[in-house]
Amino acid sequence: MTNVNDDRFVVFDRVQKSYDGRNLVVKDLNLEIAKGEFLTMLGPSGSGKTTCLMMLAGFETATHGDILLDGQPINNIPPYKRGIGMVFQNYALFPHMTVAENLAFPLEVRRMGKSDRESKVARALDMVQMDEFANRRPAQLSGGQQQRIALARALVFEPELVLMDEPLGALDKQLREHMQYEIKHLHDRLGVTVVYVTHDQSEALTMSDRVAVFDDGRIQQLASPEELYERPENSFVAQFIGENNRLMGTVDRLDGGSSLVTLDSGEQSSALAVNCGEAGARTLLSIRPERVRIGDQASENVTKAKVLELIYLGDHIRCRMQVHGDDQFIAKIPNSPESQRVHIGQELNIGWAAKDCRALDVG
Amino acid sequence: MNESDANAIPLAADGRPLEQSLQRALRRQKLRALMLIAPLLAFVMLTFIAPIADMLYRSVDNRIVSETLPRTVAALSSWDEAQAELPDRDVFDALYFDLFFAAEYKIHTRLGSRLNYQQTGVSSLFRKTGRRVDRFDTDEITEQFIALNPQWENPEFWVSLSRDKQFAQQLPTTASVWQDWLKLLAHDEKSVAEEQPEDLLYYALYLDLSQIEAGQQSPGFDWWAGTTAAVKNFTPVDMVAQFEKTDEDWLSMDVWGVLKRFSPTVTEGYFLNALDMQKTAEGIQSQPESLQIYKILFVRTMVMSLVIMGSCILLAYPVAYLLSNLPMRKANLILILVLLPFWTSLLVRTSAWKVLLQQQGVINDLLVWIGLVDDANRLVMMNNQFGTIIAMTHILLPFMILPMYSVMRTIPPSYVRAAKSLGATNWTAFWRVYFPQSVPGIGAGSILVFIMSIGYYITPAIVGGTQGIFISNRIAYHISSSLNWGLASALGAILLILVLVLYWLYDKYVGIDNLKLG
Repeated sequence: MTNVNDDRFVVFDRVQKSYDGRNLVVKDLNLEIAKGEFLTMLGPSGSGKTTCLMMLAGFETATHGDILLDGQPINNIPPYKRGIGMVFQNYALFPHMTVAENLAFPLEVRRMGKSDRESKVARALDMVQMDEFANRRPAQLSGGQQQRIALARALVFEPELVLMDEPLGALDKQLREHMQYEIKHLHDRLGVTVVYVTHDQSEALTMSDRVAVFDDGRIQQLASPEELYERPENSFVAQFIGENNRLMGTVDRLDGGSSLVTLDSGEQSSALAVNCGEAGARTLLSIRPERVRIGDQASENVTKAKVLELIYLGDHIRCRMQVHGDDQFIAKIPNSPESQRVHIGQELNIGWAAKDCRALDVG
Repeated sequence: MNESDANAIPLAADGRPLEQSLQRALRRQKLRALMLIAPLLAFVMLTFIAPIADMLYRSVDNRIVSETLPRTVAALSSWDEAQAELPDRDVFDALYFDLFFAAEYKIHTRLGSRLNYQQTGVSSLFRKTGRRVDRFDTDEITEQFIALNPQWENPEFWVSLSRDKQFAQQLPTTASVWQDWLKLLAHDEKSVAEEQPEDLLYYALYLDLSQIEAGQQSPGFDWWAGTTAAVKNFTPVDMVAQFEKTDEDWLSMDVWGVLKRFSPTVTEGYFLNALDMQKTAEGIQSQPESLQIYKILFVRTMVMSLVIMGSCILLAYPVAYLLSNLPMRKANLILILVLLPFWTSLLVRTSAWKVLLQQQGVINDLLVWIGLVDDANRLVMMNNQFGTIIAMTHILLPFMILPMYSVMRTIPPSYVRAAKSLGATNWTAFWRVYFPQSVPGIGAGSILVFIMSIGYYITPAIVGGTQGIFISNRIAYHISSSLNWGLASALGAILLILVLVLYWLYDKYVGIDNLKLG
């Protein structure tokens, strides 16, 4: 196997999908997934991410374009021959079989011998720490336990690619976070390629090597979690990932990577020119709340602000203020000894560094 | 609960056991619930449970014999059929009294029909005897009494005699006949003092007096001595001969055997008949082969119900599968088509099958026209089991589709997808994953269809002919034509037991919890 194939283990090549012949659910999707990678498809519902997963699993056929798995086009291969493990949103554990029978099912249909089967099932159960539950029925397990069994079942026949369709959606918050780490560790340990679909951004950021942000049938940005959060390429990604202050303005002039923007309030701000078009074009400035500097710390792009609301959140204080005529401007003040204390109604100076302020498309 | 547990009964705040408090708190709710279902419960009890209980009782009820012929039944108790001898004279005497009153009340024919179920000919025997019983030669006794003392002709004398304290003790037969005589007069609204006593009273008196030995009379009855002595010299009447003269069958062991065997108030006779058996002098035996029909009918009903159930499963499963995999709107449209037959009367649908299936019918005409079938050899598709199976499968199909559909709709498509993603072919995914989960629907539909078809009546009656009828047609016949309600009840009870046994088996092997109707 060549290295080229390792980088291009799963390939979506100009894939389109339409259900009704009028609207495209997936528009011109190009995506390459490397072997062993944990890739998350993130997006709001209806963005086409689940459709992509189903096309990869073989439950939907692409209207146009090719999907390649390990160099082979799989459009015409039925799902059961693709050898792709899959974890479903509601686990889809077979209710009429015990846990062990559920796990043995993929091995049985592959006509594996009984002793091999049993040892593999035992190993898979051990992997998810569910050894004692082999003879239970799925209905007798809690949500988290069912999730683990579903995971073990998708892995027991040692597929090279595992698809997960919002597998943690039905769990409560604490368990969900715990399972995120567990899935992540399993991935690290087994080296299997994972394509994970979720609409929960924190889940995507926690687990993934790379995240593909979907909207309107397209990948808006494909990058590592850090890149995605720190350097969103368009206003959709900036808003979808994390919290984000938005200020509308017009590009005054471009100077290499930086730009000067005249805000709608008349004042000016310098910003990184990311996706803002030529001078004279409308733009949206995006500033993360935790990058807003307050009072004495503000040195660049200083402007007046009026505190409207304070919400105490323990590790930080969320401060809603009026900035450049925008009532919804949020600043996060860390709860540390050197932080400045503010109170409602107070007027103070705030500012932000030009590199923390990204001039994006209007969206 | 063991002893250590008993010490640890949880208590409520007021010190009562918690369970008790909880029950008190729930009592109001339960009462409310009971009130809500009370009207339906009363209705069901009255129109469903009570008739079933009545039917079950009718299948063993045999009071008619001992109520119509009380003296005969009592007299027969010492007679043993196995001795192969006719009963004693006193049995004939008892039958004379009983039949006289039965004929007066006109209930002897009913008893005759009842016993005719067990022994043909008894009905006409009773009718004939009932007509003649008041013309038996017992008037000779009457005349001899009157000749002895004319006051015997006077009803008043009988009344004063009956008032004597010793009457019942000294003349037991006469007293009991006298009691029935009084009842009969009251029933006919006649006055005792004016009505001429019937011959049987004199005959009863004659029997009593001829029993009494000389000098055995109690002090108060001294004046009888003459009469008693005179009676010994009366010309007797041979009661056996009287009956024989009416009908020779009264000398037949069979008639008396039936009377003896069916004298208890509760009988298993109907059930034996329903199972092609009979009670004979030698005990319980099978009916002659030519008379066996119910066992065949029961087996046929079961087998054909199974075939109908099977063909319903085969036809309904794909439809239900399609329905559950279609979008809701299309599924509803098809569901309406499934339910469409309910909009037409059952009778119309069955008659339509008659039009289609008969030898000069639509299907045969079509086959002949195409040339598949020769005009001389038109297919016989009706008045046989084939017709019943076709028509009933069609009529019961919705009852199979609906439970299947309601179960299949709840099976998420992700199960089959999961199976396929795990490497199962379409068939394996269906057979190992989808099908087991649809079994509760099949079970529910099967039970519904089977139980409905086992008791079906109209369709087999119309298209079944003689070969395609069910046990229920026979029950209907006994209810409405032969009026042998006891046998109909016994057949119905056996059918009920069969269904309950099947239900129990289903519960044991499949589990009634698995039954889903929606």
